[in-house]
Amino acid sequence: MVSAPVQAAPPVSAPPRARRLVRWAPVAVAVAAFVVLYAAFRNTAVLPHDDDATLFHWLNDARDWVDENRNSSPIFLFVVNYVRLFVAELYTGLQGALDALGWPGLIGLMGGLGWLAGGWRVALVALAGFGGIGVLGKWDASVDTLALALTAVLLSLLAGIPLGVWTGRSDRVRRVVTPVLDVMQIMPTFSYLSPIILLFLIGPASATVATMIYAMPPAIRITALAVQRVPATVVEASESLGATGWQTMRKVRLPMALNTIMLGVNQTIAAALSMVPLVALIAAPGLGVDLIQALARVNVGAALVPGLAIVLIAIVLDRISRAAAAGRARSRRVRWSGFAALTAAGLALTPALAPEFPEQWEIQIVRPINDVVDWIEAHWYPVTGFLNDTVAYGLLNPLQNTLTSAPWWLVTLAVLALAWRVSGPRPALVAGACLVGVAVLGLWQHGMETLTIVLVAALITIAAGLVLGVWAARSDRFAAVLRPFLDAAQTMPSFSYLLPAVALFANGRFTAIVASFVYAVPVVARLVEDGLRAVPPTVVEAARSAGSTERQLLWKVRLPMARSSLLLAANQGIVMTLAMVVIGALVGAGALGYDVVAGISQQEDYGKGLAAGVALVLLGIMLDRITQGAHGRRNPHKKRNA
Amino acid sequence: MKKISLVAGVLVLGLSAAACGGAKVEDDAASAPSANAGGASAAAAPAGTVKMAINGWVGYEASAAVVSYLLQHELGYTVKNVTLAEEPSWQGIESGDVDVIIENWGHDDLKKKYIDEKKVAVDAGLNGNNGVIGWYVPEWMTQKYPDITDWKNLNKYADLFKTSESDGKGQVLDGDPSFVTNDEALVKNLKLDYKVVYAGSEAALIKAAKQATEQKKPLLMYFYEPQWLFNQLKLVKVNLPAYTAGCDADPKKVACDYPPYPLDKIVSKKFADTGGKGYDLVKNFQWTNDDQNSVADDITNNGMSAEDAAKKWVEANTAKWQAWMPK
Repeated sequence: MVSAPVQAAPPVSAPPRARRLVRWAPVAVAVAAFVVLYAAFRNTAVLPHDDDATLFHWLNDARDWVDENRNSSPIFLFVVNYVRLFVAELYTGLQGALDALGWPGLIGLMGGLGWLAGGWRVALVALAGFGGIGVLGKWDASVDTLALALTAVLLSLLAGIPLGVWTGRSDRVRRVVTPVLDVMQIMPTFSYLSPIILLFLIGPASATVATMIYAMPPAIRITALAVQRVPATVVEASESLGATGWQTMRKVRLPMALNTIMLGVNQTIAAALSMVPLVALIAAPGLGVDLIQALARVNVGAALVPGLAIVLIAIVLDRISRAAAAGRARSRRVRWSGFAALTAAGLALTPALAPEFPEQWEIQIVRPINDVVDWIEAHWYPVTGFLNDTVAYGLLNPLQNTLTSAPWWLVTLAVLALAWRVSGPRPALVAGACLVGVAVLGLWQHGMETLTIVLVAALITIAAGLVLGVWAARSDRFAAVLRPFLDAAQTMPSFSYLLPAVALFANGRFTAIVASFVYAVPVVARLVEDGLRAVPPTVVEAARSAGSTERQLLWKVRLPMARSSLLLAANQGIVMTLAMVVIGALVGAGALGYDVVAGISQQEDYGKGLAAGVALVLLGIMLDRITQGAHGRRNPHKKRNA
Repeated sequence: MKKISLVAGVLVLGLSAAACGGAKVEDDAASAPSANAGGASAAAAPAGTVKMAINGWVGYEASAAVVSYLLQHELGYTVKNVTLAEEPSWQGIESGDVDVIIENWGHDDLKKKYIDEKKVAVDAGLNGNNGVIGWYVPEWMTQKYPDITDWKNLNKYADLFKTSESDGKGQVLDGDPSFVTNDEALVKNLKLDYKVVYAGSEAALIKAAKQATEQKKPLLMYFYEPQWLFNQLKLVKVNLPAYTAGCDADPKKVACDYPPYPLDKIVSKKFADTGGKGYDLVKNFQWTNDDQNSVADDITNNGMSAEDAAKKWVEANTAKWQAWMPK
């Protein structure tokens, strides 16, 4: 809490201090008012959780209706079931094709694509990366994951690029599409699994659809951006030469936007790969299954291996698509002949070598990792137990008690005031409305429990990210050391983080906090570093020559000038934390995330789970609006989760 | 552009392949079971694919591993494991992603829905294992607090079970949120001063039980048999109000102990009709809790893969499994 410095200050001293007092006085008054109101109305107008809420039953009935009419209602017979069938066929086809290539064939093809896109360096990365997957002993599962990700990417691009072009060309469309994309990206990935399995049942088809929801926004956003950026003069020239609208699109706009669109493809692939492990919960095959099994067995090593395999796939696809976006240096012939040679070499080896990746080439890293974890578990128990209890009793429980014992209108008012102060009136109204929505859904108490965990996790994450970011911005050497760790941490599927956290801290809310910390810190640190580095050196020089100390330089010049980056970092940190805290329900963090998990796996909890999914979306939007900042527009393609 | 027309072609093909008249979920060719082991060639030619649901506890995995091993090595089937929670496994039967659930715990509501009403699943008989679910405490607690095994005394001891996660009440540690459980209703309806906290998995429960035994920490947890852990340490069941038929009819109003669970096997209708010898094997499969525990123990504690553990059991128990083989 911000204590009121008002009374302590001398009446008229230095003018800047007086000005600061004027600025902070309303905040202090507001805080004091909230404290008084809380004390006065404590334990009134609270909304305790009721598992038997009418809405949940009503949603259960809706589920039953869908279940009964799946094979008779025309919507299902002619639309939904066909979509399901088509997506499932596409996945099966792709999976079969990749499988038929055999492991040497697929490694060769990847090498060939690398060569085609970016020459021998990328080819080498691709060969080594996919070879590495085999060496990790995860070949078959990786092929399934790759097929699933590619199916989702293919469909996302198919739908996303035309939509992006349209969005880029029409302001009206953009006004409709942008908020929808915002919501799609803020939504915790967990929250939309229930409605999807209701429509498409479980299996690869619904897994693909779930992945698409997450992977499509970057494709649309970046395509729109690319099309907008095509210089108007060029378009005009083409039109004045008599080209039709379609010709201008095909021959001028799209080719000129192509490299940027490839970046969109790159982002779409990254998003799809980060989502794919999570959809194992709804019966998608692949590496996610290994992760879930490792989670069920609390086997850290076994969770790390599939995590690494996903990192390898992500790195290879990233390098290939990025190289493709960067443009080509070599002649067409060299590129295509290299591609053909590598692919043919791989395919030629397929019949010659064993159909399974040879076992003697695989290395076992599960056991050594688990030995380390066991040792830490045995010897650090006092430390980990202490940390868990400190955070739980010191931060989580008091905050949760406050939030759940305060009247709902007071919490809503507080959110409204805070958002107004940080981001302005419109975001404030949206944030307030979202919170009321959570109450209407009958999930107030669980919502507050989730909010508690998110706030504590975000606090720790942002503080640490700030320290790391500031340090990295000041020391190039530290930045160089930090960068590879951040890269790896950012590509690893969030699922993999749960397990080490569980092993060290047992199950509970703190474990979810630790996992979301590891997950979100890299992004926060990176945004802070970028923001600080973007402060113009001339300004820093000027301040220094005016006699500022390093400390003053940081607090008075660098940080204020990087304000919008810092707000963005806070925003991303909070949204990512929410996504991870929800997944933390799998390891006992409870609250809304648990409702969603239970909704997927227990019949009678379906309605509650569905409502909890919506509540999570509302919480996500609320947190996003609070931290959006006065002029900090969201970075379109930064957030990733799952 | 080429890619787009290619995909369009695939789309058209896919749609026309499904023919007019709308698509029902069981038409789904992509995920229909392809088991067709009608032929005479037993182990030589591949006989088809069986999709085996794998639920999240090791006992289930042990049963699945042994049946899978026999399907593969004795009957020539390909077995595809589908890792899923219990109730989604039934949905998997409807969607065509699952052929066999080898260890089903009750689920009368699902039986009614999928077997009686939708007619997509078939009961394939008992698997011989006797399931027990209940609340357990480590043995040392019953020596120190002899009356703790009566549920009426639980409130007296609630303070012992407080943790950072239990809101100042006693903690009942549950497993995976997808497991069969009435615990939240029990706490509410028996007016216990407790809170149900989910550990998230079987392994987490086992870890807690081991810690509670070694370090003499109080623990009240949801657990079940068959379970290999009972061979390593002793847990004592707390007596909840006795089970009477129908006392658990309404899941929100349950105030009695869990019923005994004679575990059974559920298969998809399609697999029952076209599964041939594979289906016969699944139908005949029956073994004891001790059998399952020995395989589960090998998987968990002796560092064996599920397949190796199954192989070991199969090689040591020829007489038992030969009785399951289709004639």
